[in-house]
Amino acid sequence: MTNSHLKANSLRTGPDLSGHFGPYGGRFVAETLMPLMIELEKAYEMARRDPEFHKELEHYLRDYVGRPSPLWHAQHLSDALGGAQLYLKREDLNHTGSHKLNNVMGQILLARRMGKTRIVAETGAGQHGVATATVCALFGLKCVIYMGATDVERQKPNVFRMHLLGAEVRPVTAGAGTLKDAMNEAMRDWVAHVEDTYFLVGTVAGPHPYPKMVRDFQSVIGTEAREQIRHQTGRLPDGIIAAIGGGSNAMGIFHPFLDDDSVALYGVEAAGLGLDSGKLAASISRGRPGVLHGNRTYLLQDQYGQIEEAHSISAGLDYPGIGPEHSWLNDIGRVSYVSITDQEALDAFQLLTHKEGIIPALESAHAVAYAQKIAPTMDKDKILIVNISGRGDKDVPTVAAHLGVTL
Amino acid sequence: MSRISNCFAALKAEKRGALIPYIEAFDPDYETSRKLLAAMAAEGADLIEIGVPFSDPAADGPTIQLAARRALKAGANLPRILEMVADFRKDNDRTPLILMGYLNPIEQFGTERFLQEAAKAGVDGLIIVDLPYEEAREIRASAKEKGLDLIPLTAPNTPDDRLRMLLKDASGFVYYVSITGITGTRSANEEQLKEAMQRLRRATDLPIVTGFGISTPAQAKAASHISDGAVVASALIKEMVTTFEEDHATEKTIPTVIHSLKKLIEAIRS
Repeated sequence: MTNSHLKANSLRTGPDLSGHFGPYGGRFVAETLMPLMIELEKAYEMARRDPEFHKELEHYLRDYVGRPSPLWHAQHLSDALGGAQLYLKREDLNHTGSHKLNNVMGQILLARRMGKTRIVAETGAGQHGVATATVCALFGLKCVIYMGATDVERQKPNVFRMHLLGAEVRPVTAGAGTLKDAMNEAMRDWVAHVEDTYFLVGTVAGPHPYPKMVRDFQSVIGTEAREQIRHQTGRLPDGIIAAIGGGSNAMGIFHPFLDDDSVALYGVEAAGLGLDSGKLAASISRGRPGVLHGNRTYLLQDQYGQIEEAHSISAGLDYPGIGPEHSWLNDIGRVSYVSITDQEALDAFQLLTHKEGIIPALESAHAVAYAQKIAPTMDKDKILIVNISGRGDKDVPTVAAHLGVTL
Repeated sequence: MSRISNCFAALKAEKRGALIPYIEAFDPDYETSRKLLAAMAAEGADLIEIGVPFSDPAADGPTIQLAARRALKAGANLPRILEMVADFRKDNDRTPLILMGYLNPIEQFGTERFLQEAAKAGVDGLIIVDLPYEEAREIRASAKEKGLDLIPLTAPNTPDDRLRMLLKDASGFVYYVSITGITGTRSANEEQLKEAMQRLRRATDLPIVTGFGISTPAQAKAASHISDGAVVASALIKEMVTTFEEDHATEKTIPTVIHSLKKLIEAIRS
C-alpha cells in the first residue's frame, strides 16, 4: 500500500509525499487553510533537516521536560500477574505529567521559527492544553485553548492550571462539548487568524503534516525505550502496549519498532461501557473509514456519515477518531488494536497503584489493563513494555467517584 | 448548455450579477425547506445553494452550525435531500441548484452513487468545503462526466500560482470566499473585493460569485457588481430563526425569509 518511492521493506517511511498512509491521512481542509498547511509542511521539513533545530529541541527535552524518562521493571506487578516481565515507560514523569510535552515542545520551537505570535490548541482532558499553556508561558506567547464545555466542567483543576499559566480557555458549547467540538472550534479560529496564529495540534491526527510531525516528535519515547530495554535486558521486547485516543503516545512508542517483526504491538482503544454498549471510543473496533478534522481515518459515525459522540471514563481517550497511521497499521496487520472497558481500566489503575506505587492516568490504565490480560498467558522470560503515558493525579476525583468515595 | 451556464449567460445579457440565497436543507424541517426553494425561485433567486447538514461543520460560523443541528434533528440526510431536489425539479427546470457541504456524508453514501443520483435528481453543482483540489481528482472527473460542476473555492490568501492550478480545469462558476474566516462572521470591503477580482479574472473566464460575510442588501449589491454574484446565507437564516418557536417553523417563517430575499433582489437589480 505504500507508494513506490518508499522502501518496500520498511514500514517507517510513511506518509507519502501527499501525506497519505495507504488510503488514510491526506489533507481535507477548506481552501483558506491550504496555503497554511503547505507553509507548515515546508517549515517543518526545513526544521527537520536542520541540526540546529534538533540541538535546540534536545536541550529543552533534557533540561526542561526532564528526558529521558525512565524504563521501570515492574517486578511486583509482574510477579502478581505470574507471566511476562512488565517494563513501564514512565512518560508520567515528564514535566506537566504526560507525554504531551514532547510534541508541544517540538511544535512551539517550530512556531517560533515561523514567526508566529499566537498559539491556539484543542484539548480534551486538558493535558495537551496544560502542556501548550506551559510552553507559551515559557516563551511569552499568547495562548488560546479551546475546550469542550462538558470537559471544562469535568476537568476543573486543569482549567485552573491553564489560567495560572496565562492561557485563555474558551469553552465550546457546540455538539456535546467534548474534544471533537474543541477541534472544530480551534480550526475555525485558525481560519480566522491565518496571519499570526499557529495551530498546535495535540495528537497524530489532522491534516498532513500533523500526523507525521506529531509522530516524529513523540518517537523519542520509542527511541529511548529501545535503548533502555536493550541496556537492561540485552534484547528487544516481545510486545509493546499503549493506550489510544488520537494515538500519539502509541505512535511515539511504536514507530521505532515497526520494522522489528519479533515485537508485537498492541494499541488499546477505550471500550467505555462495552463494545456493544454504544458508549465507547473504539474507532477501529466499531468505526469505519471516513473524513473528519482534515484526515481520512476510522471514525465512529452513523450510516449517513454524521460523526457520533465517543464515550470513555478517560477524557483523553474520548474521541471518535484515531490517527491515520494507526488506521493503516491496522489494515496491514502490523499493530493489533484491542479494547479495554472503563471498569477494566479502573481495576488496573488500582492494581498498578498498589503493586508499584505508581498512579497512572486513566488513559494509561487502559494499557496496563491489557497487559494484565496477556501477561499471565506468557512465559516469565517474555518481556512487555507498557507505556505509562501520564500520571493519574488528575483522575483521582473521577476514580474516587466511581469507588463511591466522597472527597 | 447546463442550467448554470444558461443562467450566467442570461445574467450577462441583463448586465447584472446573480443573487444566490442559501438554505440549510431541512432547517427546521422538510416542508419549510421545500416551500422555501419554490418561493425563492419564484421570487427571482438566480441560483440557490442548499446546505447539506454535517455534524462537524468546521468552516461554518454559529448560525449555520445551529441550522445544521436543527436540520439533523429533523431527519436530514443525503437521500432525503436528493428527494427534495427531485421534487423541486417537477415544477422548475430552470433555477440552478448547488449542494454545499462536507465530504464525509458523500463518501458514506458512496461517492459514485451520489454523483449519479444527484445528477439524476437535478442538482447542477457541488461545493465540498473540505475537499481541496489535491484530493478531488477522481470526484472532479466523475462529476464532469455526469454533467455536474464541482465548484472550486478560492480565498483571499490563495497564491496566484495556486489559483491557476485550481481554476485551470474548473467548470460552472468560481466561488470566492471573501474573508479568511468562517461563514457569517465578518465582511470584506469593496476595495479588497475589487483587488481580488483582478487576480481571479487573470486566472479564469468563468463567472465568479462572492460568499462568506455578505449580509445586507448594500453588500449584496456591491458584491454582485464587483463579481458576478453574491451568496447570502447566515443573514437569511438569522432572519428565519427570529420566526421560530422552540426551533419550529411558524406561519411567519416563509413570509419573513421571502421579505428579506426581496430586498436583496431589489438591491442587486437597482
